[in-house]
Amino acid sequence: MATAKPPQPFLTRTWEYITETQIWRSIFRHGMPSTNRNRVLVVMTNVFLHLHPVKIRKSGIRLKFTWCMGGLTFFLFLVETFTGLLLMFYYRPTVAYAYMDIIDLAEQVPLGIMREIHRWGAHAMVITVWLHMFRVFMTGSYKPPREFNWNVGVILLVLTLLLSFTGYLLPWDQLAIWAITVGSNMARATPLLGHEGPGAQLLVLGDVKMVHAGSDARFALLGGRFVGEGALLRFYVLHCVGIPLVAGILMAVHFWRVRKDGGISGPV
Amino acid sequence: MADEKDTASKAGTEAPAPARPEGATGSPAPAAAPPSGYPPMTPITPGGPAPTVKPTPRSNTVGPGIRASLEKKPAEPEGAVSRRSFMKWTLPVGWVAFSAACTSSLVATARFLFPNVLFEPPQAFKAGFPGEYNVGEVDTRWKDAFGVWIVREADGFYALIAVCTHLGCSPNWLAAENKFKCPCHGSGFYRTGVNFEGPAPRPLERARIVLADDGQILVDKSVKFQQEKGEWDKAESFLKA
Repeated sequence: MATAKPPQPFLTRTWEYITETQIWRSIFRHGMPSTNRNRVLVVMTNVFLHLHPVKIRKSGIRLKFTWCMGGLTFFLFLVETFTGLLLMFYYRPTVAYAYMDIIDLAEQVPLGIMREIHRWGAHAMVITVWLHMFRVFMTGSYKPPREFNWNVGVILLVLTLLLSFTGYLLPWDQLAIWAITVGSNMARATPLLGHEGPGAQLLVLGDVKMVHAGSDARFALLGGRFVGEGALLRFYVLHCVGIPLVAGILMAVHFWRVRKDGGISGPV
Repeated sequence: MADEKDTASKAGTEAPAPARPEGATGSPAPAAAPPSGYPPMTPITPGGPAPTVKPTPRSNTVGPGIRASLEKKPAEPEGAVSRRSFMKWTLPVGWVAFSAACTSSLVATARFLFPNVLFEPPQAFKAGFPGEYNVGEVDTRWKDAFGVWIVREADGFYALIAVCTHLGCSPNWLAAENKFKCPCHGSGFYRTGVNFEGPAPRPLERARIVLADDGQILVDKSVKFQQEKGEWDKAESFLKA
């Protein structure tokens, strides 16, 4: 017979018991990440981690090289998603309720700072996404083979700005209404699609204008001729569902391509 | 077609008979009769020497029946549509139909974003009787509801649309300063609607203003008159008292 093992501490025994259950082993199909093989398995068998490389260069985590701006932007996106979800429990996107619900969120709902977190997080996200782009530009990280990911990033930047734009209307105060009025009026000048834009007067059937104030890009954006009920609802849907959905998909592509295009922070 | 049918039927009758034509040298050899050159299979006995059993070689050529069925088209009844001719026509038609369905779905989805009925204030409204307006005043009573100022001059009325020509905000009438002033970017307009300060590039627009049948003033915002196009001279841009 082998010599008796020394009695293990309680926590060790409990840990061993837990990690040998079928539930645990069905979720984590690898051992502790104490060997290189297991460390690789940890990354490769996890749907979230597998977007990231198994290994990175030591320089990849140097703050000086990346400023961590992309990561901060993603972190802020998660903050916005979470706080935004909570705000949706109270906010009703109608002309009658929207402004009062914002006041209610600030003054009556517990943790009235929630909307402020959402707002400041949004401001911060715009700043970090610009700084991220600035860093990528200054380090030349848009060059081949990363040019596709640069384009994905540019779209994500635009989506971030559109999230800001659509969210701006939702408080439904004077600042919101007139800012969106001014902003959406620019869509009047869209080439071909805006009724005051170049080329719109060419799209006529006989005497009937195809592109007019009731059928142009601005009308589709606002759901009406001015910033009203339709615009509030459309911006709400775009802000809460449409744009985050597209941005989420593109973010997955973005992170995955960082890995596939030579890894973070470093010459290819 | 008759030739094909003939050969096909011939192949069909020949297929069951294992008449081996020249050139078709091999067929899957039955295991019971391995070709010569291989030792006969011996039962595996524990502890004994491992028998060297090799798999029987397989031929790459096909038997006469299969070959005939590959080379000859299968027999088909007179007038029936073959699979080939069926696919030849249905594939393009199917793809065209699929593309058309996708395109029309896209168009319909885009059309969905343009509502047919708007729950907005009407573009035209009746603004009371001319006697209700004081000469020399800019009347702001309709501004909130319809976005229109009605200005009563000595010789008549005109209706200014309360949308700044810079970026579309609503200016305010400042009676003390005798001007319209936009709070967004500071554009200023004379009481005539002509711009004189700030970024606004052109005068305010005027709306059609006429007398309705019942003697009330009728303002219609869907008909606009722009000064820079010389439209303020038109008849319905000004209502003579």
